[in-house]
Parts: sequence; C-alpha cells; structure tokens
Amino acid sequence: MPPQTPSQTVGPFFSHALTPAGSRPGRIPGNRIADEAAPGVPIRIEGRLLDGVGDPVPDGMVEIWQADDEGVYGRIAEGFHGFGRAGTDPDGRFTFLTIKPGPVAPGMAPHASVAVFARGMLNHAFTRIYFSDEAVANAADPVLSSVEPTRRGTLVATRNDRDGIQSYEFTIRLQGDRESVFFDA
Amino acid sequence: MRAVERLATRDWSSHPTQHYPRYRSTELRAYKRRLVPLQPSLSELTGPVFGHVAVDASDSDLTRNAVRSGEVLGERIIVSGRVLDEGGRPVRETLVEVWQANSAGRYAHQADNHDAPLDPNFTGTGRALTDSEGRYRFTTIRPGAYPWRNHHNAWRPAHIHFSVFGTAFVQRLVTQMYFPGDPLLTLDPIFNSTSDLDARNRLVAKFSPDLTEPELALGFEFDIVLRGQAATPMES
Repeated sequence: MPPQTPSQTVGPFFSHALTPAGSRPGRIPGNRIADEAAPGVPIRIEGRLLDGVGDPVPDGMVEIWQADDEGVYGRIAEGFHGFGRAGTDPDGRFTFLTIKPGPVAPGMAPHASVAVFARGMLNHAFTRIYFSDEAVANAADPVLSSVEPTRRGTLVATRNDRDGIQSYEFTIRLQGDRESVFFDA
Repeated sequence: MRAVERLATRDWSSHPTQHYPRYRSTELRAYKRRLVPLQPSLSELTGPVFGHVAVDASDSDLTRNAVRSGEVLGERIIVSGRVLDEGGRPVRETLVEVWQANSAGRYAHQADNHDAPLDPNFTGTGRALTDSEGRYRFTTIRPGAYPWRNHHNAWRPAHIHFSVFGTAFVQRLVTQMYFPGDPLLTLDPIFNSTSDLDARNRLVAKFSPDLTEPELALGFEFDIVLRGQAATPMES
C-alpha cells in the first residue's frame, strides 16, 4: 500500500495557470457550471472568502462539484459540467453561475460540495453549500444534522435575488467566531 | 458515472499541520476548529471527468506551449510519474495541472514582483491527462529558487506545483514537487510543514537516468498517491 502524497499550499501564484483569467483559458471549466441550455433552475452563487480577522482573501480559489437538477452526478448533459472553479477577486469575492442541484437521495437536501484553496492553507478545506430556501429539506438532512446547531448556518447560502436571477450569498470564513464548518471528507 | 468504492480518510500523519507558525500566512488562514467527520456519500465519491477535449498534446510541453519567438531559457528537464491510489493502482485519464517559476525564479503572474527577468517564451503552466497506466509526462525547464518575505532571507527551494483530481472529488490533491539534493529544503517552512520525514521525502522527485534523454534533457520521476481506491464503473 503506497502512502498518500502530502498536500502543499496552492501558493499565491496559481491564477494564471488554473483559473479562466489565466493565460491558458478555455477548456477547463471556470465559474460557469451550467449554461442556458442546461435543464433546471438557473442560479447564481455570490461568495466571499474571509480570513481570521474578516479581511478578504484576494488570492484564493474555490471549486464546486454538484449534481444536476435531478440529483444525478456526472451525467453528461448539454451545457452542464457539474464542476466549476473560480479565483477570488481583491474583495475576496467569487461567483458561480449554475443550476440548482436536485436532492441526491431521499432525505438529503440539495447541496454542492466545495473545496477551498489559498496561500496559507497547507491543506485545502472541504465544505458544502446548502440553500436557505430549502428549510424543510435542510432540517431533515443527515449531514447538516450532524453539525452542532449553532454552526449549521455557515453551510447555508442565503437567498437574495438580484438582476432577475435566483441568487444566493455564501460566505466562507477560515477562522473566527463564525468559522465555516469544514469537513474531514 | 465514475465513483470510488471505498475511501480511507485523509492520512493526517502524511499531510501538513494546518496551523504552522513558521509559515506565517497560516496565522489568519488556517482553520482552527476540529474538522467535522463526514460519512462519504456520492457527493464525495464522484468527481469531475476531464476528457481529451480539455487537454491537447502541446499542453504538456512547457518549453513550447508559450513560445512567441525564440527558445525558452534554462535547463530542460522531463518530469514524469504515475498517479496511483493507495492500492497502488493507476488513476487513469485524470487531469494533472502544473505551474512553476521560470529558470530565474520568477512566475509569469502579475503579482510576482521578484526582481528577476521574465522569459517571454515561458508561462510555466501546463496540463496533461494520465494514460492507461496512470502516467503523465511534462517537458519543462528547471525552475529557479526565489526569495519570499516569510522571514529574514527566506528562499523557496525550486519546486513545481501540481494539481491532481483523481476520480472522487475528495481525492483532490494540490501539492509541490521538489528536487533532490536541494540545500534549501531543510530551511523551507512549507516543505517542513509535514512533520513526518518519510512523507516529506515523498515530495522530492528522483533523478531518473531512464527518463533522461540524450542531448535533450535530464529526467525526474515523481509519483503521486491519492487517497482511496481506484475507480470502478457503477450503474447510473
């Protein structure tokens, strides 16, 4: 059994290589996980990545993996990748354009898996995005229920429609009183 | 759909300590609370598939993929290895992305203001898909060491950044490959953030006479082991 290769930080100088803003754009998905042709409800996720004193992390990267509108992972469909990647801007902001995922299994609330990378993070961190307009499903979700109640809110994106698009705000806090829940996933 | 059948947890004896004071940037960016256990479900056991649409052959030759006029400057090298799971089985057709400084120790990134020359023919970025044996191969130039402001007279050892996907989203790995015999390794907080010596040494490539090509380039072997078992097809 070969042992695992250790993680190392992504460092500060990755965006030109990994994100669509870089010099090798085009064929690796960026922040558009679904386009207009994809079935389902189009949504926008407007996120922020903050450090231990609440300052923006301007050199981070967030990746999302999600099911399609019927809760199926990895199904090839026109206009839907399931995976997206976004660098953070000087205000620590990132945006994803996607569709609302369906529930993956009975009893599970719709959610997306999230990986967070940044200089100063020696291991990337896993979290999840749930949706505030799924209160009934969220209350029954086994993963959310496994988290202590005072911290569950860090996993729930807040519905706040703008520009006629169903939108959600989601803040990832790396430290502090409201440190996001990160999973040993 | 591809999914991993069984998944061990991340091996925390191999991975770095998240809050590592010698690496100053961890001070405000390391999570402080205990990670919450998560029983893997399909959300963790599946992951994105990048086909050949995403990558073409020229992407893996960093000595050519950004040439405008003339030759890339520096010592040409070949870096190759296999992406394996913990069972020693190949992780096939998975995306490997690399990025690195040029031979003078400067990144083609707008935020890198180190006083060293840029190479107009080199961005230091590449990608490849592993083959049926899990093997990847890059042609590049040996990156230079460079200073950083972590502490007085701090220098990063020469390294190449690697990003690897695997099959399951939680197999995701971002790491750095170092070069054998580099005297900066013992001084580098990022390399030393992994406390286990054997684990650290797995980040150091091996010089390979077999990969070395006459009149062209020295070869280095760097295998990457992801957590968990290899992919098996599942009914969808």
